[in-house]
Amino acid sequence: MTLTIHDLRKRSGSYLSGSAGCPGCGATLAFRIASRVLGPDTVYIVPACCFSVIQAPYPKSAISAPLYNIAFAAAAATASGVYRAYRILGKDINVVAWAGDGGTVDIGIQALSGAAERGENIIYVCYDNEAYMNTGIQRSGATPLKAWTKTTPMGKRKMPKDMPMIVAAHRVPYVATASVGYPFDLASKFDKAKEIEGFKYIHIFSPCPPGWNSPVSKTAEIGKLAVDTYFWPLYEVKNGKLRITVKPRKRPLKEFLDLQDRFRGLSDKEVALLEEIVMEKWNFLLHLEKSERIF
Amino acid sequence: MGLRIPIIIPVSKPSKGSAGKTGLWRVERPVINEDKCIKCWLCWLYCPEDVISEGKNGFPQIDLTFCKGCGVCADVCPVGAIKMVKEEREDEHRR
Amino acid sequence: MSIEGKWEIITGNHAAAIAAKLARVKVVAAYPITPQTTIVEYIASLVESGYMNAEYIRVESEHSAMAAVIGASAAGVRTFTATASQGLLLMSEVVHWAAGSRLPIGMAIVNRAVGPPWSIHVDHQDSMSQRDTGWLQMYISSNQEVLDTMLMMYKVAEHPDVLLPFMVCLDGFVLSHTYMPVNIPSQEEVDDFLPPYKPPHWKLDPESPITFGNLALPNEYQEMRWSMDLSMKRSLELVEDVAEEFSRKFGRYYGGATWKYKTQDADYMIITSGTMASEAEVAVDKLREEGMSVGLLKIRSFRPFPHRDVVETLQDKKGVIVIDRSISFSSGGPIGIETRSSLYNLSGRPPIANYITGLGGRDVTYQDIIATLKDGVGRITSGRLRRLYYWFKLKPEYEKIELSEEAAI
Repeated sequence: MTLTIHDLRKRSGSYLSGSAGCPGCGATLAFRIASRVLGPDTVYIVPACCFSVIQAPYPKSAISAPLYNIAFAAAAATASGVYRAYRILGKDINVVAWAGDGGTVDIGIQALSGAAERGENIIYVCYDNEAYMNTGIQRSGATPLKAWTKTTPMGKRKMPKDMPMIVAAHRVPYVATASVGYPFDLASKFDKAKEIEGFKYIHIFSPCPPGWNSPVSKTAEIGKLAVDTYFWPLYEVKNGKLRITVKPRKRPLKEFLDLQDRFRGLSDKEVALLEEIVMEKWNFLLHLEKSERIF
Repeated sequence: MGLRIPIIIPVSKPSKGSAGKTGLWRVERPVINEDKCIKCWLCWLYCPEDVISEGKNGFPQIDLTFCKGCGVCADVCPVGAIKMVKEEREDEHRR
Repeated sequence: MSIEGKWEIITGNHAAAIAAKLARVKVVAAYPITPQTTIVEYIASLVESGYMNAEYIRVESEHSAMAAVIGASAAGVRTFTATASQGLLLMSEVVHWAAGSRLPIGMAIVNRAVGPPWSIHVDHQDSMSQRDTGWLQMYISSNQEVLDTMLMMYKVAEHPDVLLPFMVCLDGFVLSHTYMPVNIPSQEEVDDFLPPYKPPHWKLDPESPITFGNLALPNEYQEMRWSMDLSMKRSLELVEDVAEEFSRKFGRYYGGATWKYKTQDADYMIITSGTMASEAEVAVDKLREEGMSVGLLKIRSFRPFPHRDVVETLQDKKGVIVIDRSISFSSGGPIGIETRSSLYNLSGRPPIANYITGLGGRDVTYQDIIATLKDGVGRITSGRLRRLYYWFKLKPEYEKIELSEEAAI
């Protein structure tokens, strides 16, 4: 069931205005919507990431749900401990790890993999701004090919890790990609995840205006174009079965790239290469969708 | 030891404006044209800062104390009812 | 199958596991490492058999073990983990985090040397390297003391004035794998001694939502560390009080922060910790038979360090021989350094001979303790105490180099 705007308006979220988040922050937008779906009986575990700062400094916080900050590599393990404590106390509370891409695909991947393999009943969320933004835009294992960062000044030469598929390969009950450009799709994925027992993983495409050198007003638009150009396909893998949840009419990748200075100066050949990669991935997903189980 | 030991812990209270009056960061201010507005609430949905609510007259209302002026609301408005206008403040409000 | 209220012949590791059960620990997260392994195996069997009502998280690393018990403790339950050596070092980042979060987590450290080269045998380098994390640290000499100290330390750590995590450090293999008779208290007795853990300030609870650990600016941070220091100092008194309460209830007493053996009339004092202290007791008796007036001050609590106790015990002595099982390179043994620091402002303070030995499991017998004592006393009485510390029981060919002038600093 897809949530409507009226459903979302009726619920209360856990984000309070006036945080330290940058104007046009995709991660903040993602949290706002997700927290409305998850509801107030939710605890958030946050490793080092932009969200460590977005909360704003002690003794105030922009987050109105319980939130525990933990060291960079430890989000999934800490969330596991919180969940187990609630389980033995007989408390039914959503335990959510809310991490950036560095804390997920790089330094936190071991703890994440361990928690997934153990089947901890938590929701692990990666809000992906595709680089180490909190430290000032350094490349991560999630930074896309050709993207400028301060540690890839000539553009990244490697492909990012396909993290949702890596998690799906753990045979967890639910993996989904989402984008702040498709908020209803995002909301319904959280709605599903919170009803499923076991390890859930949601990977959210979260535009970062300062990190991507994109206009602050274009956060939602870039989030939508990422999906519409097939740069960031929206799918879910439920009990091993893959389904593409949004199948838009394909738009040229250039429309997406042109809105972000991190892709500035790409040659036609490079854009063509990226198009090819994007189409290859899309066709692969269409192929996977035909399988009964992909894992 | 009769002393009471103060346990000083980094426990923070949820508060609006945790980073101050973030409206002061704004360079441009969103202005809603209620004649054009169709109350689709997409501006509310996409506002990263959660500063849009329903005003007394039933139209979207923006909390300018905290609105950072990103302009996402204007960008997503399907009928062009929100315009971003240059923010002009009294000098004493600037830091 | 109950073993409670009975004498059992068990290892130090079993004693630690049984203590976790008796303390009604609710969440255990651990990763196997020699020589800690049998603790987690034993807890697994206690949990699987339903004898221990706890969640057991079989994590994929020690970093995650500590992170998981941090999460559980933050959710408001009593927690336990155990590790050794490399495991503790991998954990180190979150070891600091646990203390900074003021979570009274219990951890058994089965002391083991640090690599390279690989060594599975005892020394104290692993836990001593975590000296400044904000954890209470107890060093243990017998299996019964392992079990009893675990129970005592939960009570100390959870005291509203303390709220710091603790390590109970037992010597790898010497205690962890050695069978000794241990009297296992009944669950009722332990429940009566150790009430359930109730976090007094905060926990992760949607009923009262808070954010823990967000950014603190320079105008806020320092007082949080000051508060930890104050609590650590306060815990010293509680270590004593709880030990006395325990002795009244269970009839067993190991001292509080220190254990004193024949100290009052002693001219010379041995200071050491862990199982070396058991050997040192034998050494004291043998030396007294020879007519030397010697006593032992065993350091049970290294953090908090019992500075005042050390001063009061040592102030009128002719000399002090400190034997450390770890090395702070170029400065000596950690206990030697602390002892020297305790005594420095005391006028007429006794000289200190600090010996480093027993690293990587090198055996330290009572004869070795006698030899260091005699070496130390000889140096003190003949004015040959020229160094901050001496290595002891090196191979003979290296002994010469160690004692050369060039090796001195």
